[in-house]
Amino acid sequence: MSDPRDNVQQEFLAEAQELVEALSRDLLLLDEAHHRGERIDPALINEIFRSVHTLKGIAGMFGYKHVGAVAHALEDLLDDLRLGRTAIGQNLLDILFDSIERFQSLLTLEDPQSPQEEAGVQHYIAAIRSIGIEEEVEDGDPIDKYAIDPAVLGVLTEYEEHRLRACIREGLRLYRLRASFKLMSIDDSIEALREKAQEEAEIITYLPSMEGGNDDTIELVVLLAARVPEEELNAHFESRYGSIEAIAERTHLPTLPPRRTSIPVLSMRPPSEDDGGQASLRSVADSVRVDIRKLDHLMSVVGELALVRSAVNRIVDSFKNDVTHRQSSMDLDRIGRGLERQLLELRTGILDVRMVPLGQVFNKLARIVRQAAREDDKQVRLVVTGANTEVDKLIVEELTDPLMHLVRNAIDHGIESPEARVRAHKREEGTLALNAYHKGSNVVIEVEDDGGGMNAHQLRDEAIERGLLTAEASQELSRQGMLDLVFLPGLSTRSEVTDMSGRGVGMDVVKTNILRLGGMITIASEQGTGTKITVTLPITLAIIRALIVTVAARTFAFPITAVQEAVPYVPNDVHTIHGRNVITLRGETLAICDLGQLFGLRKSGGREGRFVVIASMGHRKLGFVVDELIGQDDVIIKSLGKSLSSVRGFAGATDLGDQKVALMLDAPSLFTEYFEGPDAFRALESRP
Amino acid sequence: MAFHALIVDDSSAVRAFVRASLENANFARVEEAGTGFEALRILATHAFDVVIVDVNMPDINGLELLSFMNKSPRQQGARKILISTQAGGIDSQRGVDLGADAFLKKPFTVEELRDLVSRLLAPVEGVSG
Repeated sequence: MSDPRDNVQQEFLAEAQELVEALSRDLLLLDEAHHRGERIDPALINEIFRSVHTLKGIAGMFGYKHVGAVAHALEDLLDDLRLGRTAIGQNLLDILFDSIERFQSLLTLEDPQSPQEEAGVQHYIAAIRSIGIEEEVEDGDPIDKYAIDPAVLGVLTEYEEHRLRACIREGLRLYRLRASFKLMSIDDSIEALREKAQEEAEIITYLPSMEGGNDDTIELVVLLAARVPEEELNAHFESRYGSIEAIAERTHLPTLPPRRTSIPVLSMRPPSEDDGGQASLRSVADSVRVDIRKLDHLMSVVGELALVRSAVNRIVDSFKNDVTHRQSSMDLDRIGRGLERQLLELRTGILDVRMVPLGQVFNKLARIVRQAAREDDKQVRLVVTGANTEVDKLIVEELTDPLMHLVRNAIDHGIESPEARVRAHKREEGTLALNAYHKGSNVVIEVEDDGGGMNAHQLRDEAIERGLLTAEASQELSRQGMLDLVFLPGLSTRSEVTDMSGRGVGMDVVKTNILRLGGMITIASEQGTGTKITVTLPITLAIIRALIVTVAARTFAFPITAVQEAVPYVPNDVHTIHGRNVITLRGETLAICDLGQLFGLRKSGGREGRFVVIASMGHRKLGFVVDELIGQDDVIIKSLGKSLSSVRGFAGATDLGDQKVALMLDAPSLFTEYFEGPDAFRALESRP
Repeated sequence: MAFHALIVDDSSAVRAFVRASLENANFARVEEAGTGFEALRILATHAFDVVIVDVNMPDINGLELLSFMNKSPRQQGARKILISTQAGGIDSQRGVDLGADAFLKKPFTVEELRDLVSRLLAPVEGVSG
């Protein structure tokens, strides 16, 4: 068993991450409302406060000193904001937005107490504290105007009391609503009530009362503030929640605040054994948080079960011609089919659990867009489609950095300044579109801007200048080929580098990361019109459709996403150009590589093999010579383990049943090995 | 001696922390509620020796739960611990008025929590504030 504290720690990190994401989402809403000059919903500010407040609390308990300190300072600021002691302004918004990055980096610290962070954190806290407080002018407590039951006032939190005060100041009237709710469904009923109320009223609080309730129902006294008179409010709620009474305004002085009520302190009794409702003590929360590694484990169990299923199949086969066991054989066959159906369902179910909407990443990107546009003094409108498109959680995690880089690029280098746009007869405000959709077993993500587009010839000249391309080779390049040069390591279209685009990584790293996920990236750009980058990824990494082949009596699997086609191998058609074997396929020259020789399974120079499997990565193609094509199969990849993790060319291993194991070929690294040689490989690995 | 505790907090990390702190010490059976509504459901049908409640929760807040417990015959034996982040504020004053037996100021440590709970449940009739 693992240390229970580790689990609790995981719980902390997961919740902290969720809180920071919620904070980011809510800040964007706040920013939008502020810029449109709309009334800011107090509930939104309270949500923001609550996220920071909770983060502060848990950070302290789990030893995340810096996170706690930053959250504490922000909490004070937000408290002033929600209690009306300070106003929203650009400076305050900027400081709030800064917190997101800060929290994220502080949460990933190896040592959450690291002294190196101290100075930066203190500097930031000083900035937070520097935001001034506007003192509220008190002209008597408006709450005194109403004859509110002291028992109700006595259970209001400071914030609720503030909202009550603010509502009275805004001229809203106070009402009391008494209604009974079924305990089992109270959450939904209150949600419905809240939605219904939203148009006309603000709910201040819900006080559970003991009257009129039993074990199944409970009566709540709801305190609400509304803009409309009593009859209208009653009509609005259609008497669905019982009667609504207006709370009378006072004509005389308020009574004293409630005193401490004494309640009898009974002596402690042992835990009662006679609890009638023991069975009903179940959690009503409808979601759980699961470590993705547990799902990986479940998936590998499904893989093992599939092997059991094939063992059953073999037994069925062996009984097939045996008349004496005919009945048993048929029964076994039926059971086997049932097992297979359930297995498929189980696998689909587990895959489904791993899926999360891309909206999670898009929210982070929205923040980058806002920040980059401000830094560059550009106007950018973000248009998102397909935020609900689902993809494997692991892919989403790995996607964030590459997509962030692409978005930053689009704003830094794509979208022009408002002046330049006007000169080009475009709208001042540029548009950045993020589109996601499913396409077969892939998910496609597009990052599209209506900026200045890429200058293909400039890219080519740049590549020649830096010695990445010979002038001779450049002659043969199509326009698309020139655009693709942007993926070469060390090529950037501008000499000056902004502090942009995620810690100085280039498009080559973006591409490598996408390839590692079994995906691909393509670029389309028209000068003057804009650029569209398309990233295509598998929906999940847990199961891969593979082409199974044999080479020198050993079995290998190609991820089908990398395979374009397979053609018969004709040794006589092979030519040698620049020391590389090539064949001509439909007029196109194609480099080929004998897997048997590459892996040292047969001596070089031979011309064995019967098929060429043509794989593609982006615009590059390479033919792999193999012996047999066995067929396609959905396989579950298993890691090769730590000791073999440095072996290049393989993504893992997979069970094929019959006690056969196939190595899964890693197309991106094979391409690198072949085209750039082993040195390129090492350079790739040494990258952080 | 095993006792029955309820932790009401909308943060699952806090609930996990409290549960691990009390259960690992072989102290308690700990139930969790993530919202005030969930707490109402559980409090309506089960008696507890100690109930630990966060003040600031959406909808039903911690003070309202204390007020409910005061009125509930089933919870007359329960010790009430209020979790708040600021000591001495309006929220904690109201907590005292509603008969909270003790306060836990967030962040708190495993030891603080265990000490407080054992103090409150000690068979001597002393109530700390």
